[in-house]
Amino acid sequence: MSKLSSRHLLGLENVPRQDMELILDTSVTFREVIDRTIKRVPTLRGITVVNLFYEASTRTRISFELAEKRLSADIVNFSTSTSSVKKGESLRDTVQNIEAMKIDMVVVRHGSSGAPYFLTQCMDANIINGGDGAHEHPTQALLDMFTVREKYGSLDGLRVVLVGDIKHSRVIRSNIWGFKAMGASVALCGPSTLLPYEVEKFGCDVYTDIDEALDGADVVNVMRIQLERQKSGLFPSQREYTNLFGITKDRLKRLNKNYTIMHPGPMNRGVEISSEVADSKNSVILEQVTNGQAVRMAVLYLLSGRKEEEGS
Amino acid sequence: MTVATKAVLDQKKIARAITRITHEILEQVDDHKSLGIIGILTRGAPIARRIAAQIKELEKIDVPVGLMDISLYRDDVHSKLDQPVVQTTDILFELANRNVILVDDVLFTGRTIRAALSQIVDFGRPKTIQLAVLVDRGHRELPIKADYVGVNIPTSKNDMVVVKLIENDGEDIVFVETEKLKQDKKGKN
Repeated sequence: MSKLSSRHLLGLENVPRQDMELILDTSVTFREVIDRTIKRVPTLRGITVVNLFYEASTRTRISFELAEKRLSADIVNFSTSTSSVKKGESLRDTVQNIEAMKIDMVVVRHGSSGAPYFLTQCMDANIINGGDGAHEHPTQALLDMFTVREKYGSLDGLRVVLVGDIKHSRVIRSNIWGFKAMGASVALCGPSTLLPYEVEKFGCDVYTDIDEALDGADVVNVMRIQLERQKSGLFPSQREYTNLFGITKDRLKRLNKNYTIMHPGPMNRGVEISSEVADSKNSVILEQVTNGQAVRMAVLYLLSGRKEEEGS
Repeated sequence: MTVATKAVLDQKKIARAITRITHEILEQVDDHKSLGIIGILTRGAPIARRIAAQIKELEKIDVPVGLMDISLYRDDVHSKLDQPVVQTTDILFELANRNVILVDDVLFTGRTIRAALSQIVDFGRPKTIQLAVLVDRGHRELPIKADYVGVNIPTSKNDMVVVKLIENDGEDIVFVETEKLKQDKKGKN
């Protein structure tokens, strides 16, 4: 008998290890469900989920939507471009109106860090963070952890390198908290202009030299380099980034045998990762996508029906 | 509150009950090669395996055994009162045209079996589905009946029927725990 200690999933910082383990263990079951001929179970019948996407998304939105459908939930999709947000309706008014239509769970993606937390303060639904600003993207980290755990059996003692824009990446933040809580050692690598202030407070090894960072690592999780950062002058050119930080076949020699290459998508092929590496046999990029559905089903299942009085 | 315990089946009796169920299945189902056994997790699984092992001994046939977790098909999933950890369903054989024997340890309200039937239908269309249980304790809430029963135990609704099997618990035993309220009800908890 077990349940999560919270009725929302806002981030992985301060989430106890046993909660993460419960989500990963439950995901194993749902991974089997999506391989069935009838990829659907009646578990969330009668539960209504709103997918509230204030920012563009392909994988996360489709993945959540399929996860919800496979659990037999009722779904409403919301995207800002076709809604009254265009007319200036605030986030609070928007969600309170949606909640008045009797919905049970909200998956939210928003450009502002903390938007999912804000929702917990103005509505009763279970809130799942689908990425908020530069804060966290917990289900992405959980699916990364699930994928690595499937391959190695456990995360304990693994060396994980996160490469990219440490300053702005919510995927990196969630990865740091998740992998560390599960016993892996985490190293960060990126240009010094893309390291946040007080980066040492993450408790990770920090590198600005990719070859040093890759030395003896098991897992390399490569982040998309956001090209808009180049415009704001945080790195001189794509080409320079590729030369200094791009993951190419030559650089992989420093990794441990049986290494794993990950990328949360969308990829800039030839920029942060070479096509040769992205399509190699050690790349699990597409498995990450498949596993994402299972992990999101597990999160939806474990949070559904959880009410206020059980503790938040 | 005190708890009175009454042993119902010991190791020998459990073995005999499973043997008898096996013989009854072989008698009822003509085409033994069409058999498939599905054990409901957790304790239907070892019983299913034991039945399959006995069929192998008697008829020299390998009957496929599948395992089924019914948590995702329960009708009380949203109450989350007593949520078990979901285990993985594992049915590696084709259900079409099979005579499926569904196996569980205790038959009580019938709701577990209802959930299992819904799940089986999502996996395929067996020719028949029959139900075998080690213990039938009564108090059905749905129109469900077992085809093969190890033992019928009259119980009151609040009793606990505890089944322990070597594979999971290191011993074979079935007993009933009855809560006895002290005469002055102050003693209750």
